[in-house]
Amino acid sequence: MTVETTVPEAPVLRGSRCADCGNVAFPEAAGCQRCGGTALSPLDLARRGTVWAHTVQRFAPKSPPYVPPAGGFAPFAVGYVELPDGVRVEAVLDAIDIDDPAELTGAVVTLVATEPVPRFATRQHQEAGR
Amino acid sequence: MSGGDVSIIGAGLSRFGRQPGVSGREMAVQAIHAALADAGLTWPDVQVAFGGSDGAGLADTLVAELGLTGIPFTNVKNGCATGGSALVAAVNAIRSGAAEIALAVGFDKHPRGAFDPRPEDWGLPVGYGEAGLMVTTQFFAVKIARYLREHDLPASLLATIAAKAYRNGALNPNAWRREPMTEEQVAGAAMVNDPLTQYMFCSPGEGGAAVVVATPAVAKRLGARAVKLLAVAPRTRAFGTFEVFSPAIQGEGTPTSVSTVAARAAFEMAGVAPADIDVAQLQDTESGAELMHLAETGFCAHGEQEKWIAEGATEIGGRLPVNTDGGCIANGEPIGASGLRQVHEIVTQLRGEAGARQVPGNPRLGFTHVYGAPGISACAVLEA
Repeated sequence: MTVETTVPEAPVLRGSRCADCGNVAFPEAAGCQRCGGTALSPLDLARRGTVWAHTVQRFAPKSPPYVPPAGGFAPFAVGYVELPDGVRVEAVLDAIDIDDPAELTGAVVTLVATEPVPRFATRQHQEAGR
Repeated sequence: MSGGDVSIIGAGLSRFGRQPGVSGREMAVQAIHAALADAGLTWPDVQVAFGGSDGAGLADTLVAELGLTGIPFTNVKNGCATGGSALVAAVNAIRSGAAEIALAVGFDKHPRGAFDPRPEDWGLPVGYGEAGLMVTTQFFAVKIARYLREHDLPASLLATIAAKAYRNGALNPNAWRREPMTEEQVAGAAMVNDPLTQYMFCSPGEGGAAVVVATPAVAKRLGARAVKLLAVAPRTRAFGTFEVFSPAIQGEGTPTSVSTVAARAAFEMAGVAPADIDVAQLQDTESGAELMHLAETGFCAHGEQEKWIAEGATEIGGRLPVNTDGGCIANGEPIGASGLRQVHEIVTQLRGEAGARQVPGNPRLGFTHVYGAPGISACAVLEA
């Protein structure tokens, strides 16, 4: 599960690490998928990683369960971010131009939100937001 | 196969595609009667049955329409592997000596449009639904996007593979999609999740499929046009795979595939190599899946698909014809039925009864592969 941090500008994803084999899981797991171990300790995951692969959601998902943003549905990028902790996390990806493969493919991205799902942003997107 | 040989003595389908007013259970009964007629049997000959659907009802209730013969009838619910799991159970009943004639059935009737799974059913926080991540097509797109990049393959292969499915479907009187579609039409269709367009995906559909298995002695006594089942191997995922609705991919390096493990087990059990196979059915939830499964199941090396497809290797008449009936793309995806539809097609091909889509040269060995959520695969090897 993800947890809200006390510092709003520094969200963090909570995963876990297996005491027996060192495997890292997200969300925080009760049992280790790799070795079956049950001794897992909570682990705050790195806030920066690289985009492993992504796609673009071109049509509005079914509602419910989807809750479109206030301005209505707009296509968004979604993919997996490879973190140095040794796990790839599914996330919505913020970019200036989601149709520009150069901005997202293999890009370094930073965690910007943990709820309702992890959200990472490209450097360009973050700079534009400042 | 250890524990005694098993023969497929009958295979049958209902119609596939939209059938207003016909229930999934009715399609299952049609498929069962077709399979029994194919075997020269009637329902009272069946000694044990296994079957299921994802959302069209319980298979054991079919006895109300089939006849109350009192046999054990076990429900199976195993996602895309429902048909495969039912077949494994039927095969095991024969191998164990519990029965001489066993039946497997799968069926479904899905409403129009994409599946709409609930996050809580998959052990995920509700936020994944709210954020629009409970969409199966995203998984396929992310996986193939990564794969094309890793292996330097052109995205145009995705349209080529889909066009083959529609072309084969046009040759199959029972297919849902029977209109050929050009690569340009496929590539130019609405983008769903890049790089996959609308016509590269199969659609949730309708249909039923049934298979009758028996001991070789019974097959011989009946004079059935039997096909030998050399191996059937169901597997669940090992550590490090990449599956639909995963909040994370655990482990490092290239994800492993349950299809690789199941295929390897099936080949080993059958005592044959991928190169020996004459005709194959590979899970083609979308055309990228067929592309990746060609390599995951061991038929070619990763990245070699471009050369294979350019040579027409997977076409009817090629080195390894794949999804000769049009696959899921042309037949639709009634989840419970697809695995047994694949077996029906291979049985039909190995008997030389596939008509306009018949693989030339008397194919002797066939292969089937299903893959589905949450990381399951079943593979089978059949011999004429």
